[in-house]
Amino acid sequence: MSAIVYVPGDAAARSLGADAVARTIRDEAARLGLDLRVVRNGSRGLMWLEPLVEVSTSGGRVAYGPVAPGDVAGLFAAGFLTGAAHPLRQGHTDAIPWLLRQDRLAFARVGVVDPLSLDDWRAHGGGRGLDAALAMAPAAIVDAISRSGLRGRGGAGFPTGIKWKTVLDTPAPQKYVVCNADEGDSGTYSDRMLMEGDPFTLIEGMIIAGLGVGATKAYIYLRSEYPDCERVLLAALDRARAAGLLGASVLGSGRAFDIVLRRGAGAYVCGEETALLESLEGKRGEVRFRPPVPAQVGLFGMPTALNNVVTLGSVPAILADGPDAYAARGVGRSRGTLAFQLGGNIRHGGLVEVPFGVSLATLVNDYGGGTASGRPIRAVQVGGPLGAFLPASALDIPLDYETFAARGAIVGHGGIVVFDDTVDMAKMARYAMEFCAIESCGKCTPCRIGSTRGVEVIDRIRNGERRPQNVALLRDLCDTMTGASLCALGGMTAWPVLSALEHFPEDFGLRPAAAGGGS
Amino acid sequence: MPTHTRLEVTPPPNTDEVVQQAIEAHSREPGGLLPLLHAIQDGLGWLPPGCLPRVAAALNLSRAEVHGVVSFYHDFRTEPPGRRVVRICRAESCQAMGAEALVDHACARLGMAMHSTRVDDAFTLEPVYCLGNCALSPSVTVDGTLYGKVTPARLDVLLDQPAESE
Ligand SMILES: Cc1cc2nc3c(=O)[nH]c(=O)nc-3n(C[C@H](O)[C@H](O)[C@H](O)COP(=O)(O)O)c2cc1C
Ligand code: SF4
Ligand code: FES
Repeated sequence: MSAIVYVPGDAAARSLGADAVARTIRDEAARLGLDLRVVRNGSRGLMWLEPLVEVSTSGGRVAYGPVAPGDVAGLFAAGFLTGAAHPLRQGHTDAIPWLLRQDRLAFARVGVVDPLSLDDWRAHGGGRGLDAALAMAPAAIVDAISRSGLRGRGGAGFPTGIKWKTVLDTPAPQKYVVCNADEGDSGTYSDRMLMEGDPFTLIEGMIIAGLGVGATKAYIYLRSEYPDCERVLLAALDRARAAGLLGASVLGSGRAFDIVLRRGAGAYVCGEETALLESLEGKRGEVRFRPPVPAQVGLFGMPTALNNVVTLGSVPAILADGPDAYAARGVGRSRGTLAFQLGGNIRHGGLVEVPFGVSLATLVNDYGGGTASGRPIRAVQVGGPLGAFLPASALDIPLDYETFAARGAIVGHGGIVVFDDTVDMAKMARYAMEFCAIESCGKCTPCRIGSTRGVEVIDRIRNGERRPQNVALLRDLCDTMTGASLCALGGMTAWPVLSALEHFPEDFGLRPAAAGGGS
Repeated sequence: MPTHTRLEVTPPPNTDEVVQQAIEAHSREPGGLLPLLHAIQDGLGWLPPGCLPRVAAALNLSRAEVHGVVSFYHDFRTEPPGRRVVRICRAESCQAMGAEALVDHACARLGMAMHSTRVDDAFTLEPVYCLGNCALSPSVTVDGTLYGKVTPARLDVLLDQPAESE
């Protein structure tokens, strides 16, 4: 039997030279006359150790990282193919505490399997959810999702079961499943990792959604910034079709389902569900008025179950192991697990899937190891560009939808971005307004014009021009944008701006009391 | 800094063929305008404005509708890019790791501004808002290849040598 060496083909690992490492390993094996197979797996999510190379040994997989091409000859010489000692050895992968302490459901196979091998996917528990769903009535599938407590992982946290029930109960000649793979929030990459590392699980989740709501056609709307995902998904869709997982009769069930992959074109607002549907219809990505909701009148006017990648990727595990096992995890009305993503100025960045209720401090300090710079943490932004900035003193708060909402913050898609004490928070507030101005779809005046005014007002505050008046103006502007915007881009840009002002008034040249507000 | 104003740019010689293929592949697809435009831009590197009326006709759309879509999306280019396209992430996570300084460095070193193509057509320099590589910030793409933990020194190396590919 030939040895198996895993070198991640994940975009993050490749961004640090994983391709060159894989090539060097193949070359060195050839030179030594060794029979060896290199598998390009997904990433385990320990990004600071990428490229993290694993070898399969009789005692399980052993990890080495971060590996550079120049380390390869030494690894062979040390006997890494049998898991031998080496300065880069991280031990048995499954025993690495960072992974051991996680509770991976949606990401159970990411980094473990060969992403494009259906056999590997099956061997590691893939497809069990679909097998169960194929034996259930649509209403029973929707009921299982409702009972699991699953809420949308794309940002809004809407109960998935309720959405699916609406689609199921709306009669129509054609229904659709749409996967939102726009992943526009900065600081997030879990969608990308799932699609690159275990695409069949997303496909499985989409098929189950189709069976549940009565849809036979589906789209994945993928952001253009993810060419690696596009390549993996196209190959996975081909293989799924060839294996009868997709097509006129899913696994011989007589029920049809197929998926078309579509590429976005660089517009943040197209992650908003109705703008996404407009874009899929070939139009400008402008947000639609609601009601009706997409579950009733969605793509091409038909009922549409539109969900985030990780929402859909969580579905197979729920069907496979039952909704109760999923609902047993988490706190309050935030059930199950969330795949948090640690980024920014962080020592040990990466993906941490754990039940809701974990504290920011645990994620940022215990998993993250503090800042990369070694300086004190000053601020943390959770939930993407529309998420509030939290001061280091607020890190004890548990991560669940309700607790965060009560603090004027959002969990969103679970992205956590850390800033050290060199950050200028007035500049970050300015950036939030600038981003809104760049990405506004233009439909609402407060968002389109207000954000540009916001940049100017913050500039004046930063320049020390009539500070009290301009701060009052900024607050008014934020109020107007919050109250009169059709979607969360204009409606929530105030959150990062005002949280920066509230928690870091000194960066705006204000004394703490002068900033007003309170926490 | 020198920015580029092209008075006249002729579309590439294979434009007709690429546009025809894109129309054949996507004009019958529901909502096929975006895939069609992507197919042209994948083939030519940009969307020569002169070909858009043909696209409109093939999809039974008005020219204004097609123009509205092309101008809405940041990805679509109506001018040819430089020989190398450098995109620097300026979203929050990369800012936390020095993206602003990286932008300044790139502008100084290449002698050009963001959002522009250099007069000799050697480089196009653009911002991008998150590349999904936020644990390895700052991130950059050069000719579509993603790089993480890009220091100014590493950027210099990337700009000096052709992009790595497997
Ligand atoms: C400006 C804006 C951008 C959004 N971007 C995304 C995105 O990139 N991915 C995503 O899944 N949801 C995004 N959303 C949320 C979607 O509108 C929608 O709530 C979600 O895709 C529904 O799926 P879920 O219930 O599974 O989360 C965005 C919302 C807004 C207002
Ligand atoms: S708030 Fe902004 S992005 Fe949202 S619909 Fe209005 S103009 Fe468009
Ligand atoms: S913020 Fe730059 S890669 Fe995500």
